[in-house]
Amino acid sequence: MDKTELEKAIKDLLASQQLAVLATQGGGQPYASLVAFAATDDLKHLVFATTRTTRKFANIAEEARVALLVDNRANQDSDFHNAIAVTAMGIAREVNDGKREHFLKLYLTKHPHLQDFVMSPTCALLNVMVDRYYMVSRFQNVMEFHVDE
Amino acid sequence: MIPVIPIRSVSQKDRSHVGGKGFALAMMARNRMNVPDAACIGEEAYREYVTATGLRERILLELHRKDFGDMRWEELWDAGLRIRNMFLNTPIPPALLAALRHPIEAGFQNRAVVVRSSAPGEDSAKASFAGVHESYVNIRGSEAILEHVRLVWASLWSDAALLYRRELGLDVEKSTMAVVVQEIIAGDQSGVAFGRNPNDDSQAVIEAVYGLNQGLVDGTVEPDRWILNRKTGEVVSHTPAHRQKAMVTSVEGVKLKSLPPAKSEAPPLDEKKIKEVYDLAMRAERLFGLPQDVEWTFTEDMLYALQSRPITTKLEDDSGDKRPWYRSLRRSFENLQALRTKIEKELIPAMIEEAKGLASQDLTRLSVSELADEITRRSGIYEKWVDMYWREFIPFAHGARLFGQVYNDVMRPSDPFEFMNLLAATQMESLERNRMLEKMASMIRANPALAEGLTNPQVEPDEGFRNTLNEFIAKFGDLFRGVAQSGQQQEAISKLLLEMASRSPQEEHGRPKEIEALKKDFLSRFKGEQRAQAIEMLELGRASYRLRDDDNIHLGRIEGQMLAAVNEGRRRVRDRYPDEADHLDKDAVIAALQDPHYIPQKRAPGERDPEGYRVKARQLVGQPAGPGIARGRARVIMDPSDLLDFKAHEILVCDAVDPNMTFVVPLAAGIVERRGGMLIHGAIIAREYGLPCVTGVPDATSLIRTGDQLSVDGYLGIVILG
Repeated sequence: MDKTELEKAIKDLLASQQLAVLATQGGGQPYASLVAFAATDDLKHLVFATTRTTRKFANIAEEARVALLVDNRANQDSDFHNAIAVTAMGIAREVNDGKREHFLKLYLTKHPHLQDFVMSPTCALLNVMVDRYYMVSRFQNVMEFHVDE
Repeated sequence: MIPVIPIRSVSQKDRSHVGGKGFALAMMARNRMNVPDAACIGEEAYREYVTATGLRERILLELHRKDFGDMRWEELWDAGLRIRNMFLNTPIPPALLAALRHPIEAGFQNRAVVVRSSAPGEDSAKASFAGVHESYVNIRGSEAILEHVRLVWASLWSDAALLYRRELGLDVEKSTMAVVVQEIIAGDQSGVAFGRNPNDDSQAVIEAVYGLNQGLVDGTVEPDRWILNRKTGEVVSHTPAHRQKAMVTSVEGVKLKSLPPAKSEAPPLDEKKIKEVYDLAMRAERLFGLPQDVEWTFTEDMLYALQSRPITTKLEDDSGDKRPWYRSLRRSFENLQALRTKIEKELIPAMIEEAKGLASQDLTRLSVSELADEITRRSGIYEKWVDMYWREFIPFAHGARLFGQVYNDVMRPSDPFEFMNLLAATQMESLERNRMLEKMASMIRANPALAEGLTNPQVEPDEGFRNTLNEFIAKFGDLFRGVAQSGQQQEAISKLLLEMASRSPQEEHGRPKEIEALKKDFLSRFKGEQRAQAIEMLELGRASYRLRDDDNIHLGRIEGQMLAAVNEGRRRVRDRYPDEADHLDKDAVIAALQDPHYIPQKRAPGERDPEGYRVKARQLVGQPAGPGIARGRARVIMDPSDLLDFKAHEILVCDAVDPNMTFVVPLAAGIVERRGGMLIHGAIIAREYGLPCVTGVPDATSLIRTGDQLSVDGYLGIVILG
């Protein structure tokens, strides 16, 4: 699998899935939660939203390094040979600047029903600047993909 | 997919696509019955619309905020309004719009139409409910027609539909809606015919009015009624109406018009026409194989069938079913106007008089047995007014809803409850009370010696302050009767004032400029006669909103007088039961007064969880009833006396904010309430003070404890603990 193929496989998976498992940590304690996400075309950014009162938001304020897991398992035995999982690692930041409009549009195009949620003043839009992806397929085949600067 | 099917091209295979009404009309047309020209918009169009726009999931999110079983009727109405607003603000996607527009334009050009709901399955003989879904009369031009198609789609999720979801087979995941666009027939006489009287199998029934039958269907125009022999069509009896008005088409929509004397004196149908309508009902019955409920109209003596459906059997057991009562709350503007007069001119003055009369009685002079009788009497009076409250005041609350719907239709705001800002600019009793409290608190703040006067009886209080306090007690003191034991109201008020003085002054949230701008913007959408109507509608909405609060206060005064007698009773028996007296309920107090040997039941010890309970709520979902975010310690109100411990900047958590509680609202940072709804007392008062408020949080008072750190997200309707 060359770089182009790997990039395409990751893109396809991210496009096909609505939810990601977000891993954060607070006081050294890992914490996992489900978030609706959207990815930019260049794979450099993963966008999600959360209210500012959540544990994940507090954790990110303390430690911006996060991981996200996206997979296509179907809860069947066949998942073991068939499912693909991608883990993204990067730095999460709230988007408040001029880029908000762009990321918001990206996010709402994928999740139009979350409009009321995202537009609430208590809700934060977060952008994970992805450093690298790990893709697991065929049960134990693992490929690493670095995002270019 | 062919999204629009002309009525004459509808065939058997389209049955599930065009809905019950559409299919019945097509059958009649095919059998050469006289029906208006029409076209059906198949339910695929609805599905395409909600899927392509993401609306399907938004609706599901809204309806899954809470278990249906936990939703109050008011919450169903709120949900219906939110969903309706989603439809109002979500245009039909261009591809679908193009597919719909062309055949509508070709079919109707500029002819006026009725846009009718036609829900699949609605033609079954199972219970169907007229008026659950909407129809819109006298709509012209493809753009306006398609706008109203959206509203008909939205009515799949109306509060009435949600209320009868079980009988309607409304499946939140799968339900869908077809629409009939039908050329309007400006009827001279219209009505309904029941091929078989639901109450007597041997009879048929015809009801008729002058003008359009919208007036009959929505209950604004009283119909003449004929009972016929079902076999022969002979008239058995005729009940004439008090004929005054007729619903007719106006420039846009419909309006009520007074009848000229010639018409108000004559029944809308003569014998020949009665026979024609009867024949129509029988013909429809032969066609469909079941007795029919037919809507019909005469224009220039030509009879048209407008729709036909099987007569629905009565619900097996509707005793104890309160939903018909709830549906009766949907009242017409005229009806609400009359109700307003009755409430303002008759009922409220009577309530004030009642409370005054009770207050003038010196309870301390009654003998023990007289006091027992007095408690019973007062409790009877209170019950009577509670009953009145449900019968007259609650239906009037619909005035605010009626206005809300009109507002949303013309303004299409992103916040479906924006209209409440416009209603809030009004004088309410509870605000008047809180204003007086605020005034006294600021006097204390400016002159700390006054605080000394409140706590130390030795200190002679300032005269100006004393007068204000006396004025307050005279006006509102009785509202504290439920909170404090008799003779202790003043202490309670002092405590409250000191707490209020300890925090910085606060003002209610009236933003007159913004409200004025909203009002101007709203009214600018109307012209001429319609503008006058819109002003009246706003007036009615404001009266409804204000009374929704004031009636609580007036009822609270009467309740306060009942509690005053109970408290006096407790005082009399305190010697006998020093520990229990304060907790005896009304009936126990009466028993104790009547029987010197009465032994009260031991109170069950308060239920407490074992130390370190393991299930803890972290984030609770309710309804966003007042925008904003607040953080503070919870003060959970389980008993009115808990209010006396309320500290500034705490979050008020309770089962339901009742009027005797709202004096602590100016101290609160936010409100959380178990009872749900946007137009309930707690939500209204929170809006007035600009406090974040979340209502409809199931088990709020058991999952949250006094002292818990809370965040109240009034934008999203969530409460976060810890």
